[in-house]
Amino acid sequence: MAKKQYSFYPGCTSERKASAANYMVSVNAMCEKLNIKLNEIPDWNCCGASIGYAEGGELPRHVMNARNIALSEQHNPKQDIVATCAACWLGAKESSERLSASEQLLADTKEVLKEAGLDVQLKNETPIRHMVEVLIEDIGYEGIKEPMAKPLEGIKFAGYVGCQTNRPFGVDGESFENPMYLDKMVETVGGEAITNYERKVTCCGGALAFSEPEKSQVQIKDIIEAAYDQGADMIVTPCPVCQMNVEVYQGQINKTYNTKFNIPVTYYSQLLTVAYGGDIKQAGLDGNIIRAKRLEEIASK
Amino acid sequence: MNTLNTAMVEKYRNDFLKEVEENVEEGHWVKMCMQCGVCSGSCPFGPDWEHPPQEIFMMIRAGKRDEVLATESMWMCTSCYNCIVRCPRELPITHIMHGLANYAHRLGLAPKMNPTRRFAKIFWNNIAKTGRVNEMALSLKLYFMDGFASGVKKSLAMAGVGLGMLKTKRLNPFTLFRHKGVEKPKQLQAMLKKAKEIEDRRKGLAS
Repeated sequence: MAKKQYSFYPGCTSERKASAANYMVSVNAMCEKLNIKLNEIPDWNCCGASIGYAEGGELPRHVMNARNIALSEQHNPKQDIVATCAACWLGAKESSERLSASEQLLADTKEVLKEAGLDVQLKNETPIRHMVEVLIEDIGYEGIKEPMAKPLEGIKFAGYVGCQTNRPFGVDGESFENPMYLDKMVETVGGEAITNYERKVTCCGGALAFSEPEKSQVQIKDIIEAAYDQGADMIVTPCPVCQMNVEVYQGQINKTYNTKFNIPVTYYSQLLTVAYGGDIKQAGLDGNIIRAKRLEEIASK
Repeated sequence: MNTLNTAMVEKYRNDFLKEVEENVEEGHWVKMCMQCGVCSGSCPFGPDWEHPPQEIFMMIRAGKRDEVLATESMWMCTSCYNCIVRCPRELPITHIMHGLANYAHRLGLAPKMNPTRRFAKIFWNNIAKTGRVNEMALSLKLYFMDGFASGVKKSLAMAGVGLGMLKTKRLNPFTLFRHKGVEKPKQLQAMLKKAKEIEDRRKGLAS
């Protein structure tokens, strides 16, 4: 089968020694097995993320995303843009929709790109997709299963979809309140999905985990507690912000609330990589602060 | 008082709804709110809003300009988009809240010490410098925003988290000295400057 090609928008957290570096490692390994080729958008920039609005306003934010779209159209023509980060996907897609909806905004954006000396055309015709959409829609669950070498038998996963992979755009055919694709993915590679996990789409606080830590940690505590209540061995998520927030504050939450949380928070791509026979390093499991021992056991078999 | 604010007060007199419609991102949707309150009940930080979104919409229509622009409420938005997908009238509530926060910030009316306002400013300046997030600089700037002593205290409280990130190679202290962003950061900065100029002109915010 020919390789499927995409124009890849990795985003800031995916960079080497950044907070989701291990997500990127596992995505690379996963894509290798699924015959997916990711062509990085050359010289991409930040999407503005979810708090860019406060200082950045509208046009500057949309111009940031438009620059990426234009670079993608120039260097990777006719390839869908694919992001692995929820915020990158949302930011780019949102800007693209706004530009399509307003001729003035589009004209202003083009003027800015030109005046700044960027020799790029902006067509704004490229579909902007999340990696999970590629997996579900282009590869399909059968296709996801195909390279499986080691089913993730006996591990119970709480599928934490979170916010921005799910809202406002979400994945076609899935509900905002109870999306099932992550559970289906877990089951496809032989894991046990906790399909009635109550905090599946609860907000972790996002960027406010930095600025309003106490309030955010109440959210995070609920997300973890619900996973434990259902007997989860670990949490799995498609979002780098969810992953970090739910993983790294467990120590602080334990101190504040006298809990004993110590639950690994993994990425779907780590699950797939291990199921496809990848080792600890290829799955980026050495990048988890709370090590996912049950996955590591399978990975080292 | 901020001269921009004075100009806006002069221009719109008592018509705050019109001011919001013309100057706030997606502000033209405000009059569509039917006061059902689903947004307020769906917000993860709901109880922390002095005035939840539903109330904000009514206050805008009632002309409560000072109260709306000076409240910490919009700064509680985590961008979870729950309100957007649940609103029966399909108002882009998240964006309106962002827009109001940004507008209040531009007019100098937003609460000065609100941590999310301050963090958002640090964040934007961080990405506008090189085009990509410098996570190490971002965290340190945030911890030290209230001065050295409080910065040391906050950094110590966060030391466990930072150490975990360092050990797993998810944080790079050397980016404090050298951070690779886009190839031509000056060009990106010029782009953002130009974008702001045009936006200010369009919204009558040019000073």
